[in-house]
Amino acid sequence: MRILIRGGRIIDPASGVDDLLDLLIEDGKVIRIEKGAGNTEPLEASKGKGTKAAKHAESALAVDRVMDATGLVVCPGLIDMHVHLRQPGREDKETIASGTMAAARGGFTTICCMPNTDPVNDTRSVTEFILDTAKREGAVQVYPVGAITKGLKGEELAEIGELFEAGCVAISDDGRPVMNAELMRRALEYAAMFDLPVIQHSEDLHLSGRGVVHEGLVSTELGLRGIPSASEAVMVARDLLLAELTGARLHIAHVSAAESVRVIRDAKARGVRVSCEVTPHHVALTEEAVRGFQTNAKMNPPLRSEDDRQALLEGLRDGTIDVIATDHAPHTVQEKEREFDLAPYGVVGLETALAVTLTTLVVPGVLSLPQAIAKLTSEPARILKLQKGKIAEGADADLTIFDPHRDWTVDPATFASKSRNTPFAGWRLTGATVTTLVSGQVVWEA
Amino acid sequence: MGLVHKDLLSIQELTSDEIRLILDTAESMKEVARRDIKKVPALRGKTMINLFYEPSTRTRTSFEIAGKWLSADVINVSASASSVTKGESLKDTGLTLQAMHPDIVVLRHPAAGAAQFLAERLTASVINAGDGAHEHPSQALLDLFTIREKAGRLEGLKAAIIGDIAHSRVARSNIHGMQRMGMEVRVAGPRTMLPRFIERLGVEVFTSLDRAVADVDVIMMLRLQTERQQTGLFPSLREYSRLFGLTAERLKAAKPDVLIMHPGPMNRGVEIAPDIADGPYSLILNQVENGLAVRMALLYLFAGSGQAG
Repeated sequence: MRILIRGGRIIDPASGVDDLLDLLIEDGKVIRIEKGAGNTEPLEASKGKGTKAAKHAESALAVDRVMDATGLVVCPGLIDMHVHLRQPGREDKETIASGTMAAARGGFTTICCMPNTDPVNDTRSVTEFILDTAKREGAVQVYPVGAITKGLKGEELAEIGELFEAGCVAISDDGRPVMNAELMRRALEYAAMFDLPVIQHSEDLHLSGRGVVHEGLVSTELGLRGIPSASEAVMVARDLLLAELTGARLHIAHVSAAESVRVIRDAKARGVRVSCEVTPHHVALTEEAVRGFQTNAKMNPPLRSEDDRQALLEGLRDGTIDVIATDHAPHTVQEKEREFDLAPYGVVGLETALAVTLTTLVVPGVLSLPQAIAKLTSEPARILKLQKGKIAEGADADLTIFDPHRDWTVDPATFASKSRNTPFAGWRLTGATVTTLVSGQVVWEA
Repeated sequence: MGLVHKDLLSIQELTSDEIRLILDTAESMKEVARRDIKKVPALRGKTMINLFYEPSTRTRTSFEIAGKWLSADVINVSASASSVTKGESLKDTGLTLQAMHPDIVVLRHPAAGAAQFLAERLTASVINAGDGAHEHPSQALLDLFTIREKAGRLEGLKAAIIGDIAHSRVARSNIHGMQRMGMEVRVAGPRTMLPRFIERLGVEVFTSLDRAVADVDVIMMLRLQTERQQTGLFPSLREYSRLFGLTAERLKAAKPDVLIMHPGPMNRGVEIAPDIADGPYSLILNQVENGLAVRMALLYLFAGSGQAG
């Protein structure tokens, strides 16, 4: 099987390439990247005489499919290092099949699934179940994230060595923080033996209390209980000190507060081994989205103030924030159609992430297109040490082809995800996935 | 003029003219309440459901009597004795009641936004009788009515709202209502009970009772929920009372004819001394009485002939 992708703008942040090039794919790998790699004449023209034309005809015929990417961007398949697939346990919200299909539709070829399933992914058997199911039913590549503590209870370490052997690429108690500082220290030390990053959902549960939204003007006006920015930043600061103490690798999930960006920036300057991510919804929205008691704007960490949002943009610009990840958190309609206090936290993100990134970061000039793509490809690959997120001869042909200029309107009814809980319903976004290829196979096409 | 809203969810959505209309209507209703035969046919054939998810004496009774004096058929549903205890969602409970064709649903609920949630799903008029710490519009309206009745006006008056502002729907509705009617509003309480950015609502903020009550026309004390002590918001009832309890001694700093209000139920001896609550400047029982007139006006305007459209 040979596929030729012709005439596209190839953006590969890993190698710094940004050029009009052709890609030739064979047996799931990229085999040639060059100007005119597929510069064959049309088939009908090559039926003529002459050895040169005949040679062209030969190579043209040998290509099973030619994709015309003129006017489109071709980049490494997007990587989302923060996804909740809900299987096993809550297949009514999402399954590995539906979640990976949503990923493919959004241009993601690799996703990492968080361990807060039922049962929790804290043992080899659960990791293997996820990997086996993904292999059979998944549209894209799935890498599980294992638990830090047994049952996500924050009491005893999970069998991290075995999780690593089974295929987990990081550990996290996501959805919950590791509140006990001593246990967090041990988790960092222990995971360092396998060079596994520890992903922390940074939240001081005492400071959050029973909060449901950012503690700010909107919470005060609506009478909703607030979660102060300090709830996140206190924990980030604590963990940065523990990462410094242990020399281990810390990754901070879904940074939302200006104070967190500030302390991470300082730690990076001191050489602490820390990386962090931000979600598209935190860069696109503020606490204002909650007005009207919109439960599809309820998530944890909460949407914060415009000042916080500006700090996130600055963090993305100056490289403090390494990665854009969705925290795709599917919930059923009936769970979200409730009193605000009672609705679960979380929004889906896989099918809007690329377009929200382009619309809110690239179009206004916060990030260049290659910078934005890096935060969705080479950066998560670097943090998780995946042989992904690059376009190179011999590398897996995981590719995303998108139209950076096409406008479309978000209609949750068209989602491949089982869930509809997006805060972007009805939004007009710029940038649409055209084709998603995993190992040279087309897994989604517009 | 009439009201163009289907529902009464918050004071914020009312214009000053609409508030004035409600207060003026309440004045004629008050006349009904003082008759021997307290019954007018304004809402005959209309059905009103009191749906209460929290315990309430005065608000529920007040709405019930108001409905009955206007000849509506009034049904009380309390969550503790309904399908809610079987796990029925607010949406399903609302749709179930809707199928019985009520004209008005009065909702009291512990979650902010619950009234709006129900209003978006029902064709009946929904009147918010308190949603979490968000709003309690009928309380603010009866407070405005009471102040106007005593002082003869609202515009230019100064009020101090004192206590647990953070958790108070009464405070939020009164801040908006008083400001809309041209009053100046101060809030005061322990720093732990003043929500962040409250000053951005245009109120002056105090942590001293003495300074807050100096030269105001109205002092509104809020009920202290004593269980807040366990969550670290204040150290003891004794200290709360020493710092924020309204006593005769503290009142010396206030105007001699200051009006004193409390939405009830009171913790006598905690936020308000008994002699003050029962004293000559206390409007606490006037508030209860006026609550009937204001709620009759609301029911009349939202479901009766006064409803526009």
